[in-house]
Amino acid sequence: MQLILEIAFTHIAGRGRQTLVAVIGVAVGVGFSIAMAALMEGGQDDFVEQLVNTMPHVEVTDEERSARSQPAEALFAVTEISGLRPREDRRGIINPTAALAWLEGWIPGRFAPSLNAQGVVRFSGREVGATIIGVDPQSERGVSPIVGEFVAGDFAALTAGGNNVVIGDTMAERLGAELGDTVTAVSSQGLTRNFRIVGLFHTGTTARDEGEAYALLKNAQILAERPNAVNKIRIKLDDPNKAPMVARRVEAELGYKAVAWQEANESILEALVVRNVIMYTVVAAIMLVAGFGIFNIISTITHEKARDIAIMKSLGFAESDMRHLFLLEGVVIGFGGSALGWVLGFGLVYALSLVRFELAATGQEMTQLPVAWSIWHYLIASGFALASAAVAGYLPARRAARQNPVDIIRGAT
Amino acid sequence: MSALIEAENLTRILHETVPVTLVKDVSLTVGESEFIAVTGPSGSGKSSLLYLLGLLDRPTSGTLKVGGRDAEPMGEGERARTRLSMLGFVFQFHFLLPEFSARENVEIPMRKLGRWSRSEMRARAAEILESLGLEGHIDKRPDQLSGGQRQRVAVARALANDPPLILADEPTGSLDTKSSEQVFKILEALVRERGKTVVAVTHDLGMAARMDRRIHLVDGMVEAGEDVAGAQAQKT
Ligand SMILES: Nc1ncnc2c1ncn2[C@@H]1O[C@H](COP(=O)(O)OP(=O)(O)O)[C@@H](O)[C@H]1O
Ligand SMILES: [Mg+2]
Repeated sequence: MQLILEIAFTHIAGRGRQTLVAVIGVAVGVGFSIAMAALMEGGQDDFVEQLVNTMPHVEVTDEERSARSQPAEALFAVTEISGLRPREDRRGIINPTAALAWLEGWIPGRFAPSLNAQGVVRFSGREVGATIIGVDPQSERGVSPIVGEFVAGDFAALTAGGNNVVIGDTMAERLGAELGDTVTAVSSQGLTRNFRIVGLFHTGTTARDEGEAYALLKNAQILAERPNAVNKIRIKLDDPNKAPMVARRVEAELGYKAVAWQEANESILEALVVRNVIMYTVVAAIMLVAGFGIFNIISTITHEKARDIAIMKSLGFAESDMRHLFLLEGVVIGFGGSALGWVLGFGLVYALSLVRFELAATGQEMTQLPVAWSIWHYLIASGFALASAAVAGYLPARRAARQNPVDIIRGAT
Repeated sequence: MSALIEAENLTRILHETVPVTLVKDVSLTVGESEFIAVTGPSGSGKSSLLYLLGLLDRPTSGTLKVGGRDAEPMGEGERARTRLSMLGFVFQFHFLLPEFSARENVEIPMRKLGRWSRSEMRARAAEILESLGLEGHIDKRPDQLSGGQRQRVAVARALANDPPLILADEPTGSLDTKSSEQVFKILEALVRERGKTVVAVTHDLGMAARMDRRIHLVDGMVEAGEDVAGAQAQKT
């Protein structure tokens, strides 16, 4: 085998320039594949992380997903009930304290009950539609996307009690209100109540910064005329990946609709999968092109070395030896290209990780390109490259190995 | 004395648009330590016969035994192994691998066979090359050697695995008189001193006359009267 490898090297070395082109072809393919994978996955990770950080992992609401089972269904084997719909009157989650206690009993994570009420916030003649979210500041800390995002005041000021509210900075801007100003909240029930702004947050999510006002649960309950009611329990899990499982169980046992973050973002996550499929298709296509370079050079060598092949066969080398020889040449080029491609890929990813820019216009700031470092990007790119090199070497190798040595020796004589 | 080659009614027909008969009904037996000339006009099938005997080509019909073993059922790999250990080829052109030195060229069949250690192979290659008068040229590449020297390297390569049978197709065909004589003497010495069997195609009737036995081919067939009779006449 070492002999075959030595002969393979002399063949490759004998075609230095063409070999270099083939190697560079593979290297560029591998390098750019790595860079592309790093960018794509970096973006994806960044995105998913944002989702996981800003959203509750499971959200239990007082809605029901499907209609309750009817007594008739328990009595008869076959029933048909038409016009059945889930209950629409939303009275809140019944006995939230018991529900919370039950959740805490088996789910490792943090929980926050809240009452979300639609309303309007007014200040000096201006109005902004808002979701008024009544929270328990203590438990809210564990799940809230806003706690760490304050630009003025802070979340802790809610704890002090009283008629305080924290709102998004965009809402404040639209109202023309500032920290310390007193705004009026109007619920859809028509009740009004004054609140003092004790904090302004900026999460980067426009809907939130523009449309959410957080007050004490008690105040929201009064405003919405729903004493003691809670219509939402948000759950942050220690392991966000368990969310669908948790949601399923909660829904089965409590009867309320429980939505995992994966379900809430299903279409986005699906789009990410499609993106990955597209990416690896492109990687495969790049490698196919690189494979043409290898095919080209191995074909050239097999034609050029037809006489040597014939003579080696006459010396006692088998067809399989000749197949291995040229297959090996393809793989050697693939390896060389891969190694160089790793260096190139590493360099590209490093360069990309240094790029910094502002993206203020969209409401989200991105200060640098998210790049993911993973050995898998390198291994997968090389895997594609070597597979393509093996195929590109094998095709001419098989043809060359099959050639009848007699035809060549006779022709040369 | 077992026969190295036993051929019976060997026939090779090429199936081109019109069938071409290269070799027809050739029967012959080649023993050990024989020096055999294959003669005949150009296109009479001499090379074709040699390729058949050397397991490079398969006959259309007839039987062939090499070293007492039937060649018919041998697969491609087994034929290759037989070539490697039993047979040495020398062609009109040297066909050395251009990237390798004389010594490396001689070592290649040995390395494929794997019978000797690396240092033994080096020593063997040098020894064979020196015995063919190539001392001082051992590490030269083919393009640094003269035609005669190259052909002697090719002979050395054919001898690498110490095969009992050397098949030579016009080994002196492209050499000048002096080099031809040198190569012929080497082949002769292989038979006389080392007990090898050499089957050599030649156009040179003078050379053919100095060999033990002559097989004369015309249109792919052995011309009667020459072969066995000639050999016996010489030996007695
Ligand atoms: N592939 C082929 N197609 C047609 N004819 C061939 C082919 N190969 C050899 N021949 C013919 O077969 C005959 C025998 O060739 P060869 O064995 O080389 O003869 P020699 O070595 O005695 O000159 C020649 O007439 C040659 O032209
Ligand atoms: Mg010929």
